Amino acid sequence: MSLIGSSVKRVEDKRFLTGKGRYTDDIKLPNMTHVAFVRCPNAHATINNIDASKASEMDGVIAIYTGADTAEVNGVPCGWQVNFKNGDTMKEPKHPLLAHGKVLHTGEAVAMVVAETLAQAKDAVEAVRVDYGVLPAVTDAKAARVDGAPIVHDDAPGNLVFDWELGNPIADVDAAIANAHHVTKLDFVNQRVVPNAMEPRSAIGHYDDALDKYTLYTSSQNPHLTRLLLCAFVLGIPEHKVRVVAPDVGGGFGSKIFHYTEEALVIWASKKINRPIKWTADRSESFLTDAHGRDHNTVAEMAFDEAGNVLALRVKTYANLGAYLSTFAPAVPTYLHGTLLQGLYTTPLINVHVDAVFTNTCAVDAYRGAGRPEATYLLERLMDTAALEMKMDPAELRFKNFIPAFDGVEQAGYQTQVALQYDSGNYEPVLRRALEMVGYEDFRAKQKEASSNGKLLGIGFSTYIEACGIAPSAVVGSLGARAGLFESAQVRVQPTGKVSVYSGSHSHGQGHETTFAQIVADRFGIPMEDVDIVHGDSDAVAFGMGTYGSRSLAVGGSAIVKSMDKVLEKGAKVAAHLLEANVDDLDFAEGKWTVKGTDKSVAFGDVSLTAYVPHNYPEGLEPGLDFSSFYDPTNFTYPFGAHVAIVEIDKETGKVSLKRFISVDDVGNVINPMIVDGQIHGGVAQGVGQALHEGTIYDESGQLINASYMDYVMPRADDFPSFEVDRTVTPCPHNPLGVKGAGEAGTIGSTPAVMNAVMDALSPYGIHDVSMPVKSEDVWNIIHSNS
Amino acid sequence: MKTNVKITVNGTVYEREIEPRMLLVYFLREELHLTGTHIGCDTSSCGACTVHLDGKALKSCSMLAVQANGMSVTTIEGMANGEMHPLQKGFHEEHGLQCGFCTPGMIMTAADLLASNPNPTEHEIRESLEGNLCRCTGYHNIVKSIQHAAKEMQS
Repeated sequence: MSLIGSSVKRVEDKRFLTGKGRYTDDIKLPNMTHVAFVRCPNAHATINNIDASKASEMDGVIAIYTGADTAEVNGVPCGWQVNFKNGDTMKEPKHPLLAHGKVLHTGEAVAMVVAETLAQAKDAVEAVRVDYGVLPAVTDAKAARVDGAPIVHDDAPGNLVFDWELGNPIADVDAAIANAHHVTKLDFVNQRVVPNAMEPRSAIGHYDDALDKYTLYTSSQNPHLTRLLLCAFVLGIPEHKVRVVAPDVGGGFGSKIFHYTEEALVIWASKKINRPIKWTADRSESFLTDAHGRDHNTVAEMAFDEAGNVLALRVKTYANLGAYLSTFAPAVPTYLHGTLLQGLYTTPLINVHVDAVFTNTCAVDAYRGAGRPEATYLLERLMDTAALEMKMDPAELRFKNFIPAFDGVEQAGYQTQVALQYDSGNYEPVLRRALEMVGYEDFRAKQKEASSNGKLLGIGFSTYIEACGIAPSAVVGSLGARAGLFESAQVRVQPTGKVSVYSGSHSHGQGHETTFAQIVADRFGIPMEDVDIVHGDSDAVAFGMGTYGSRSLAVGGSAIVKSMDKVLEKGAKVAAHLLEANVDDLDFAEGKWTVKGTDKSVAFGDVSLTAYVPHNYPEGLEPGLDFSSFYDPTNFTYPFGAHVAIVEIDKETGKVSLKRFISVDDVGNVINPMIVDGQIHGGVAQGVGQALHEGTIYDESGQLINASYMDYVMPRADDFPSFEVDRTVTPCPHNPLGVKGAGEAGTIGSTPAVMNAVMDALSPYGIHDVSMPVKSEDVWNIIHSNS
Repeated sequence: MKTNVKITVNGTVYEREIEPRMLLVYFLREELHLTGTHIGCDTSSCGACTVHLDGKALKSCSMLAVQANGMSVTTIEGMANGEMHPLQKGFHEEHGLQCGFCTPGMIMTAADLLASNPNPTEHEIRESLEGNLCRCTGYHNIVKSIQHAAKEMQS
């Protein structure tokens, strides 16, 4: 049986199930010291004085560093440049390792205390006296653009990082909207959420003076990029002198893509004191300093003709990027958001305008979906709202506007109005299947019945597309990326025919050690236990661009395929020699090369042994069976799907409960259905979380007042029903596996589905929008102010 | 000032001299190097540090190590007895874990549930996991994993 498409149980499970996982904070190096940070309690302040004299004398304290000590060191760089509409370079103020002179958001580190134990470091933090001059703060992107708003960076007037526009000429879009039969308009906030990987960030810096070499252990989604940024841009250390290890990582969801100040600081300070240094965030630090997600303030208008055909879309967004530019931040509201506004629809005219804005808040960057959830949210909320306003069925309205099916092979890819060319798509079946699963006809009858029982039932739809498999390097380079987005993989066949694969992708829950091994074992015709997947160590893996943007299988997996091709090509030459046959006369199947039409064959392991013991060997052929490849995709991949949510609202309390969630996703070919379903489940939960539970609350002074699990509502097990998941398969035409990526799909589709369901339930009250996360109080007020 | 404690962990008696303010979770991780018990928050909310104290599930960040003096602790490292515990098997079979960080706490909480309620409903399972956060799985397969284990433990 083929391993491809089989729900093989995960090979990585055992260590996690027995407590043998090895996360960064589990690592203890000899003579290791510990760090705690003094973090500013104000959102915007001058630092008038830091008095660490008392703290310096406390038990166990080894060193205390402040912004004055790191002033000479470069800041943490931004990895993506988006220019102003007029061509000016985006504003990119220095992001210092420790605040110097001024603090720009609550939780920014102003001093680093290194001590023998963590408790001693924390004690000393309490004794550092900082004199702040508190300044007015601004936390909302729209408010930050108003004249007279506090200025975050003196060299960014109006707090503008850049302004940006994409799509058809605005005059054309304006005209279409002005002349349309119907225009649906929403003015809303896609609220800021916190990624909340369960493992808090952690970093260990170790300078080894004997070797003049540094090792950074870090909870990162992409150790190689961290090494590049750390070496070339921050500390100026030769790259070959730095090893970055991302061992087991307890979830990322985007927040661990980025290069953070603490990583650079533990490396920098480790050389100063010539001892290893560990820092692990406590949860409050995670809330205050992990890059947040979303935070768009948007006005979106969609114009329709009388029959319900979409004529035009106009979007204006204020995107809050926080106080400093995180690694990928400029790309999120632009090339990962504006480019997705075609959705699944044939909308002929689209214009999107974005103001990217500095505020006195934690940085905002890619969070699961990154830009695509924001695009999908506005499109899908517009669709259901328009259906309500035009008294049309929301599913029918979508069917009417879907882009017709195209496979990207016989039919060309679909060129959107917003720069992308979709690879392959067949959108109608996912929604048809979802309607079938939900029992759409019966639902409306149940809805009426519920209303008489003190409950309100609502159904909501969402059909989404995402750009994944990030990304063709030349394309993203032309859009401002300061890195390539290829992936590398080395396939090393050992003499005995066992295989070690070195992947630049990084698994922090996605199950690469299983999925990648399935691909390799299937192709080579060997048992899965003969394949080992190595990742997360820059000394072992040649290079890597890491895991995010649903790219590991589409890009990293394709790099493995390229290396396997090379192994089999060379292996065939060795086999032909051993079989005294021509290469062209050989077939490779079930782990052996066979001379066509004969029973003469040689096994994979015999060929690998011959390659390493080349006594009887083809002339001129190099020994060994070990190949590296770099795979640079030719396009993004475009997974899509349909999500349907059913919610129930208790009229007495306003409480919203999610009763059912149906998702039909098309992620291209599927290697391991069990793992793909798991990715969908988790993604859906995060998207539902944004709709019903999660959201940061900054007060006027810039305090993040819900920076703990006592205050920030994390979705819990009893907030969900079991999910109902199915899929269609439309293969990706441009990568060798035909895969599109599954990591973000659930998050992208689910938020608007749930919100549309809430609005459907509340439709008797004439309300067309409510802000996220939905609060019982708001719902209760809607019900009781109208009845 | 340090104080002496004597705590049995996974069947072995450990005597250590510790700071009185040391939490039980730090005792396990730092003194005994049992790093399967994780720290995911600082408000006793996430459940990643759940262990058994004299057979009952407890968040080991919510008590001092000195309070556990003379008592018996079981951690995830002590769950497998020659072969994997049915819950460990259940999580494997039903893909109840992704990044693995919350998993030890989930298993320890679920073991406590199944001890008192060997055949829980889905609703009872979801309620019992109120104090354990998972960000990867949407809890869907965790529920199935616990059902899987309940079935095996009953047969």
